[in-house]
Amino acid sequence: MTKMEADDEVLAVEGVSVRLSGREVLRDVRFSLKRGEFAGLIGSNGAGKTTLLRVILGLTAATSGEVRIGGAAKPRRRGGGIGYVPQKILLDPDMPLRARDLVGLGLDGHRLGIPLPSRSRRQQVDAMLRAVGAEKFADARVGNLSGGEQQRVLIAHALISGPQLLLLDEPLANLDIRSEQEVVGLLARIASQQQVAVLISAHEINPLLPVMDRVVYLAAGRAASGPASEVVRTDVLSELYGHHVDVIEVHDRILVIAGRGNGLDDSLGLPAGYDDAALGAR
Amino acid sequence: MGHLLRAVFEPGFFASAPVRVAVLAGGMVAIVSGVLGVFTVSRGQSYAGHAFADISVTGGSGSFLIGISPLWGFAGTSVVAAGIMELIGIRQPRGRDLATGIVRGAGLGLAALFLYWDTTHTSTTGATITILFGSLFTISSSLIPVIVLLSLVSAGIAAVLYRPLLLSTVSADLAFARGIPVRLAGMACLAAVAVAVSLSALTIGAILSTALLVGPAATAFRLTSRPGPAIAWSALIGLAATWLGVLLAYDSFYWPPARHGWPVSFFVVTLIFVFYLAAQLTGARRTDGQAAPSLPAGHEG
Repeated sequence: MTKMEADDEVLAVEGVSVRLSGREVLRDVRFSLKRGEFAGLIGSNGAGKTTLLRVILGLTAATSGEVRIGGAAKPRRRGGGIGYVPQKILLDPDMPLRARDLVGLGLDGHRLGIPLPSRSRRQQVDAMLRAVGAEKFADARVGNLSGGEQQRVLIAHALISGPQLLLLDEPLANLDIRSEQEVVGLLARIASQQQVAVLISAHEINPLLPVMDRVVYLAAGRAASGPASEVVRTDVLSELYGHHVDVIEVHDRILVIAGRGNGLDDSLGLPAGYDDAALGAR
Repeated sequence: MGHLLRAVFEPGFFASAPVRVAVLAGGMVAIVSGVLGVFTVSRGQSYAGHAFADISVTGGSGSFLIGISPLWGFAGTSVVAAGIMELIGIRQPRGRDLATGIVRGAGLGLAALFLYWDTTHTSTTGATITILFGSLFTISSSLIPVIVLLSLVSAGIAAVLYRPLLLSTVSADLAFARGIPVRLAGMACLAAVAVAVSLSALTIGAILSTALLVGPAATAFRLTSRPGPAIAWSALIGLAATWLGVLLAYDSFYWPPARHGWPVSFFVVTLIFVFYLAAQLTGARRTDGQAAPSLPAGHEG
């Protein structure tokens, strides 16, 4: 590896395996991300997407293997250098917390004591709200926002501390098509303009296809990584799943048929919420 | 002017030593309860707060048996209860109600026994009333330093953990990913709530202390959507209800028919309820008015 490549590398996952209560959730997962790269972490429900994100964040320990963030094996602080958008937040609509308050907590939410009002902090929050297109509902309570609005605010919260890597756990789940396209467009812009590596987990590959530089495809706890055209192929996915898989392209959409006679893999083409954890991954 | 003042403050109000203690202790406790109430309600732990109130009955009635101030009993049992609830699993939404219910049930069982002994085996009169409904006018001034200390501890925890607690209320995962020890912060917060509840059990009574914890916070949530001002409002509402309650209770000694004085806790809790209703009504009107017309106004600007 040349010096230049080493500097560009934001995330390296090297041979990570995870066992949770006796069950092998991840097996020898390896891939890396560079600055400004937009990657989709694709897999059906139960494929290990959330576990992999938690290992990268340091919330779950890998049984073996290593995760390096920005070239260092141990970040100074847990989650340091990583922006994280969790799968869902359930917030009481009555809770007095505005969108701008939540974004501000992205700057200093881990600090102790009561914050003093500061002009520069306010300007920073305003700029971040504008960058994600959230200025219109900046003063609304977070609990009252729609799913798409909440995603924007959470993205702003994750980005404001200037991370090298942005992790998002199923940010497109429960969004209508328009919000879905807006959030994907926003994330792609963030990746290229701010040179942040974005890793976004999803069970549907199609919304990400137009903007994705790299796919990390998870099945049965194992991963295949590379450009979508090199990974989402009959031969590669068949080997990953351990049995024959058909990959079909229809009108710029990809369908993966991973079941044996009993259906489609929900990673592709099926409506969100379709649960086939039992399919494909076996 | 002097006449009006005399009509509001009956003779001797400011000169009375019990009133001074009530104003000082009651005011401080109201502020602490108001502050911790915002965290309790935001974190969906109102039921836990309620359980601390019930469990402090156990400690209060126990302390009468052994002849110490009920404050020690209130504080001791509710902090221990907080620890047990944390152990059983107050963190999971479903375990939360379960843990609280189990601990609360066990505590109330003991309280039944202690109250029975209090009334049959000791010569203390009015123990039950004092424990359940408070004794703001009979607080010994020697307890003031302890009340100040416990108030500072409880409100201090809230002030120090303000931002980490807010973030872990939004999402425990989010807070954890930022390096916040979510469980430790939650435990500290629960303990601070337990202390606040035991303080208000002393002033307005164990049964009624939840009102001082939850009522002002719920009212403040109608008045502002910002966390800092919500805390300030909540403390202010609790303080206003307590001080007005002390005044009305003092004045009620001069009211017909009995000229006997009504319980101060009644006034405090009723005022909290009235404040809540008022905020609810005006808040409802305000959101109605905001919904549609605010958009065009924004476009012009």
